[in-house]
Amino acid sequence: MIVLNGENSDVRAGETVAAVLTRLDLSPAARGVAVAVDGEVVPRAEWESFTLGEHARVEVLTAMQGG
Amino acid sequence: MAPSEATDIKPAVDELKIAGRTLRSRLLLGTGGFPSLAVMSEAIAASGSELVTVALRRVDPAARGSLIDVLERAGVELLPNTAGCYTARDAVLTAKLAREAFSTDWIKLEVIGDEDTLMPDAPELLLAAEQLVDEGFTVLPYTTDDPVLARRLADIGCAAVMPLGSPIGSGMGIRNPYNIALIREAVDLPIVLDAGIGTASDAALAMELGCDAVMAASAISRAQAPVRMARAMRAAVEAGRLARGAGRIPRRTYATASSPDEGLADLGPA
Repeated sequence: MIVLNGENSDVRAGETVAAVLTRLDLSPAARGVAVAVDGEVVPRAEWESFTLGEHARVEVLTAMQGG
Repeated sequence: MAPSEATDIKPAVDELKIAGRTLRSRLLLGTGGFPSLAVMSEAIAASGSELVTVALRRVDPAARGSLIDVLERAGVELLPNTAGCYTARDAVLTAKLAREAFSTDWIKLEVIGDEDTLMPDAPELLLAAEQLVDEGFTVLPYTTDDPVLARRLADIGCAAVMPLGSPIGSGMGIRNPYNIALIREAVDLPIVLDAGIGTASDAALAMELGCDAVMAASAISRAQAPVRMARAMRAAVEAGRLARGAGRIPRRTYATASSPDEGLADLGPA
């Protein structure tokens, strides 16, 4: 099971980070977005090629109003 | 004849420089807590601020605003923060994610130690600051009002220090003005008074104590009239800065007459 932003998801192992972003309605060109997989930053340049492992924990983050 | 001191108060000569970036406004704005993006946008314009903080949080597909677009239209630079991080490890990772998301090496480093006071965790803060400076970040750490810690952060290579006046969002103003003045003496870096500002006089005091800038978030965004408060903060920062440069009179216990005794009329017996 792949965990996406803290919740179990139907994302399958082998899918790319870019595919996950598409599921979230984000284009790979989206500004202000960053991705971490298993506690490591996945640079934008690797979104198309980076494939997720069996139990990947994926965090997709963006700008929110804050202090 | 001595040159007119009026030349000293032209805004053009009073730019703030942090890590090579020039800012004409000495007020930094937090974007949190505004009732709407429209009010935030108006408040930014009223504040004159050129540098605003944003947090990094999970994408919410249901309620995705256009914060980035609004801030871009406002013409301000982003200063991402690591708010909500309790360890150096989380703060460093968040800073790296912010660098990816916003294409900036600047980071307002917050490493919180306690959820009631939201005060910084000094050992974790130093650890995170050191790692981020090593990684090439421009680090602006949120710190306590401890001059020794401020000096340690400066020694590590931070670009500025951001001491608190009182706990985040408390509106309690500057609880220890003597420490802020000591930090001014202790470090050569820009000092941005961060956290605790409640109203305009707090911002003016920060500048009078020698801070180079003031950061305000809740004080503006949660005021009853945020746009008006943004304008007040702008005026207060400018007033405090001018007063600092003008040099205040010393405090005295007893009165010193401001009218001369000489030439006083003899008005006869009462």
